[in-house]
Amino acid sequence: MAHLANHPATRAQAKVMNRFDLTQRMVALLRQDEAVIGGIGYTNFDLWAASGRPDGSRRTQNFYMLGSMGLAVPIALGVAIAQPTRRVIALEGDGSILMQLGALGTVATRGQKNLAIVIMDNGAYQITGGQKTHTETGSDIVAIARASGLAQSAWAADEAAFEELIRLAITEDGPWLIGCCIDTGKPQDTTERDPARIRDQFMRGLGVRR
Amino acid sequence: MPADTSAADTRAAAGTWWEITRDVLKRQRVSLVTYVPDNVLRPLIEAIHADPFFTAFAVAREEEGVGIVAGAWMGGTRGILLMQTSGFATLPNVLASLSVPFQIPTLMIVSERGTLGEFNIGQSLVARTMRPVLDSLAIEHHTMTRLDEAEFILDRSITQAVATQAPVCFILSPLLTGGKVFAK
Repeated sequence: MAHLANHPATRAQAKVMNRFDLTQRMVALLRQDEAVIGGIGYTNFDLWAASGRPDGSRRTQNFYMLGSMGLAVPIALGVAIAQPTRRVIALEGDGSILMQLGALGTVATRGQKNLAIVIMDNGAYQITGGQKTHTETGSDIVAIARASGLAQSAWAADEAAFEELIRLAITEDGPWLIGCCIDTGKPQDTTERDPARIRDQFMRGLGVRR
Repeated sequence: MPADTSAADTRAAAGTWWEITRDVLKRQRVSLVTYVPDNVLRPLIEAIHADPFFTAFAVAREEEGVGIVAGAWMGGTRGILLMQTSGFATLPNVLASLSVPFQIPTLMIVSERGTLGEFNIGQSLVARTMRPVLDSLAIEHHTMTRLDEAEFILDRSITQAVATQAPVCFILSPLLTGGKVFAK
């Protein structure tokens, strides 16, 4: 993991970036129909916003949760087990991952090579009024991930480092965890709330249904 | 043909509850098994681990298992979650916000504690919440008490869950499994 040595050791040393900007950068780097699981809240909304195309179509390999807070990583793990040749990314907020830290150990125990976890960490339950999460007062998700057995875990120092980490995560064996320190910018859109349609489009996007 | 065709022999030929369950899961191509361990489920968990058809592992918390098998279903693989009664009690939120509205055929097996000789008051109380939760979400559930009905209930209900894109919960009664016995 020498290539991770140059990344910030702690959350406090990472640049504060913007969630929508980072999500756009991530989506732009996806080239192999990678699956993306969006956790709830603004992380989800910005994945939706970043996945629309100029022609009005929308990336179909995305799944958008509408509840079940904390389950982006388990859902992504299930997809990754079912489709071992496809890369799968779980996109999750800090408040959400704090609810399901045991899932990090499950991913580590599985050693799921085609799975990457991206944490958008603004230290707040932003959608409910900005109350502080534990990451604002000392809990370090990357350190927790490493201690859970996810050795390939790193804070993104800045936007360029984020892109470098995403490129690694979609080409080299995982599991990966990428921590992103983000601001409290508002999301750019709101996800359409139609669960059956979301699920069906995702399954068609994965080639499970035609 | 042996002369002795007693009921005990018929039972032996049909197999134990865990052998029947394992075989139905294989026939139904349910290859992913997540679980939070339970003493009563131990022979089933061991039989599944011993069979290379299955991918099986423990999760830290039951709702994690629901998320994993939901993701696997969407990716084209059938899965099931094994747990005990108290673990089921942690699931209403994920069933109501993931399995049911997204129309995902979440398969669940619950080893029933809290009844027929329970010794832990916490188990006996939390067990009372299980069927009302399932009923309030209109989730199909079957309490399995008899060996001769086990294959039929499991096989038909998994077929129905997949066809109707709806969860199903199999509650394994101590009448079927023997349950957990009070050790004084």
